[in-house]
Amino acid sequence: MNLHEYQAKQLFAEYGLPVSQGIAVDTAEEAVAAAKEIGGDKWVIKAQVHAGGRGKAGGVKLVSSDDEIREFANRLVGTNLVTFQTDEKGQPVSKIYVETCTDIERELYLGAVIDRSTQRVTFMASTEGGVEIEKVAEETPEKILRATIDPMTGASPYQGRDIAFQLGLQGKQINQFANVFMGLARLFDECDIALIEINPLVVTADGDIHCLDAKLSIDGNALYRQKSIGKMRDHSQEDERENQASEFNLNYVALEGNIGCMVNGAGLAMGTMDLVKLHGGQPANFLDVGGGATKEAVSEAFKIILSDEGVKAVLINIFGGIVRCDIIAEGIIGAVKDVGVTVPVVVRFEGNNAALGVKTLAESDVDIIAATSLTDAVEQAVKAAGGE
Amino acid sequence: MSILIDKSTKVICQGFTGSQGTLHSEQSMAYGTKMVGGITPGKGGQEHLGLPVFNTVREAVEATGAEASVIYVPAPFAKDGMLEAAAAGIKLIVCITEGVPTLDMLVVKASLDAQGVRLIGPNCPGIITPGECKIGIMPGDIHLPGKVGIVSRSGTLTYEAVKQTTDLGFGQSSCVGIGGDPIPGSNFIDILGMFENDPQTEAIVMVGEIGGTAEEEAAEFIKSNVSKPVVGYIAGVTAPPGKRMGHAGAIIAGGKGTADEKFAALQAAGVHTVKSLADIGKTLQEVTGW
Repeated sequence: MNLHEYQAKQLFAEYGLPVSQGIAVDTAEEAVAAAKEIGGDKWVIKAQVHAGGRGKAGGVKLVSSDDEIREFANRLVGTNLVTFQTDEKGQPVSKIYVETCTDIERELYLGAVIDRSTQRVTFMASTEGGVEIEKVAEETPEKILRATIDPMTGASPYQGRDIAFQLGLQGKQINQFANVFMGLARLFDECDIALIEINPLVVTADGDIHCLDAKLSIDGNALYRQKSIGKMRDHSQEDERENQASEFNLNYVALEGNIGCMVNGAGLAMGTMDLVKLHGGQPANFLDVGGGATKEAVSEAFKIILSDEGVKAVLINIFGGIVRCDIIAEGIIGAVKDVGVTVPVVVRFEGNNAALGVKTLAESDVDIIAATSLTDAVEQAVKAAGGE
Repeated sequence: MSILIDKSTKVICQGFTGSQGTLHSEQSMAYGTKMVGGITPGKGGQEHLGLPVFNTVREAVEATGAEASVIYVPAPFAKDGMLEAAAAGIKLIVCITEGVPTLDMLVVKASLDAQGVRLIGPNCPGIITPGECKIGIMPGDIHLPGKVGIVSRSGTLTYEAVKQTTDLGFGQSSCVGIGGDPIPGSNFIDILGMFENDPQTEAIVMVGEIGGTAEEEAAEFIKSNVSKPVVGYIAGVTAPPGKRMGHAGAIIAGGKGTADEKFAALQAAGVHTVKSLADIGKTLQEVTGW
């Protein structure tokens, strides 16, 4: 789960990290009032969306008058911001963040992720702030400084100082940086963070370390114990159908194609999409109905798949493990009737009671194509969708 | 021979009296697994499925001599369950539970590694040595005792590989689902090394998916350490970047972890890769000449 910049900075402030004074607002007039409350004669105003690249896309502006603030807010609130990280529709802007302006002397990068290879939380820092860190890592890996956190001992200030010296920081900046490092490590651990990015972390004109941007992702599996962070969730930034699916414990990801896929198991669901592509078709989605695959789950899955108007055929691929295919067959028949499915449906059963499942489908009064093998199922679905 | 488990392995179940623990313990016992008891705190002294229930893993180990434990407890309690099993002297933990927080796994993995405890999972179907011992949720009847070792990050994809090798009559030595989480207790390399050293295993099927670099690391390992033929499949060629595909660990992040990269790494290591998951058995037949 991702947070907005203003939410991340709230958490940063709670952990004693240096962030700018700022206020998140919904309207132009609130933005003007926020600037007045913050004081000063220039501010930075930023569209709040779950995507990077806002600056280049016109979603961040330095402003110095009420008119400029109004113009920015009126232009952006209620629209979608398209950046290089979003799709062509962009992300909806419903909040904007008004902040004090910071005079920058130097831009750095500081981030932390869970490194899967070393199985440790790993901090990464670079003198190349303000740009895409992936590009730095790719082209000049020597410019990425790392600190690995031992899960048994936690982070230690020396690790922060070590990075600070390597970044060429001096004097009071060393301890300031070490404090930021320790605060982030504590935040990471206590809030079940999956990713932190501060890009840029800056040295101000006064020579102080300051978090100018903030990006946070939370481990979705830990939300049961991060209730206050869970409340920060902004559903408008997420895919509506994915959210609808997750309410029914279904995993759904929309794709561009025309063959809707309903599969049990995440790996097999991916494998089925790949097979569709391999046989000349285009999968419309990833959908894992889970191990249970009850009639209710199948009905919901149909509804979500068919809400995509591009879907011309549905391919159901079930490997019955503990669940019996004949029971799933009944679920499919019921769901096809309830939902009113009008596109061709191809079903492949394997495993537990597969033959009985196929028989149940064949004897029903609904029009379902029962495939004889996995490859046959995919070929039939591609054909039914009007492909090769 | 087989890897990790056989007909003499004594198994206990944590979360024994819950619905999942009950269902799958019953099926494992029916398959012939030597289940010797289970743990549900507060229900110690009772009997369930004809086996003794204990309050703690330590009591269960002392009373039964159990060597392996399978965990079905809900995700918020999985870390505690794994640490309890390790502290009680269990040497093989199989955690089926899905949704364990990643930071919990960092601590569990470091602790278990330090204690020399083998963990399979979490978020996995478990392990089976066909005809001898089934620890987990896989359907026993699709398996056949035989000569193929199967290791996979996905449950149902493992079943596909199992079914194909059963239909062709090759059978399996052991099948290990290492799970779909970003921090698995065991990785491909751990299991590949065991299959290489297992005389019953004559060929290996490895099923990977997008996300992380475990397949690339496995490819490096195979190059210099595995002499048996390996057939490899990777799911997620069509997966879009930045989206989590069901499994917590199945995500292309920062342009890394794509299926294409993994296929390329496996091919460079001499693995026989298949682009269609329906071709796993057929390819195995071709490369082994069986």
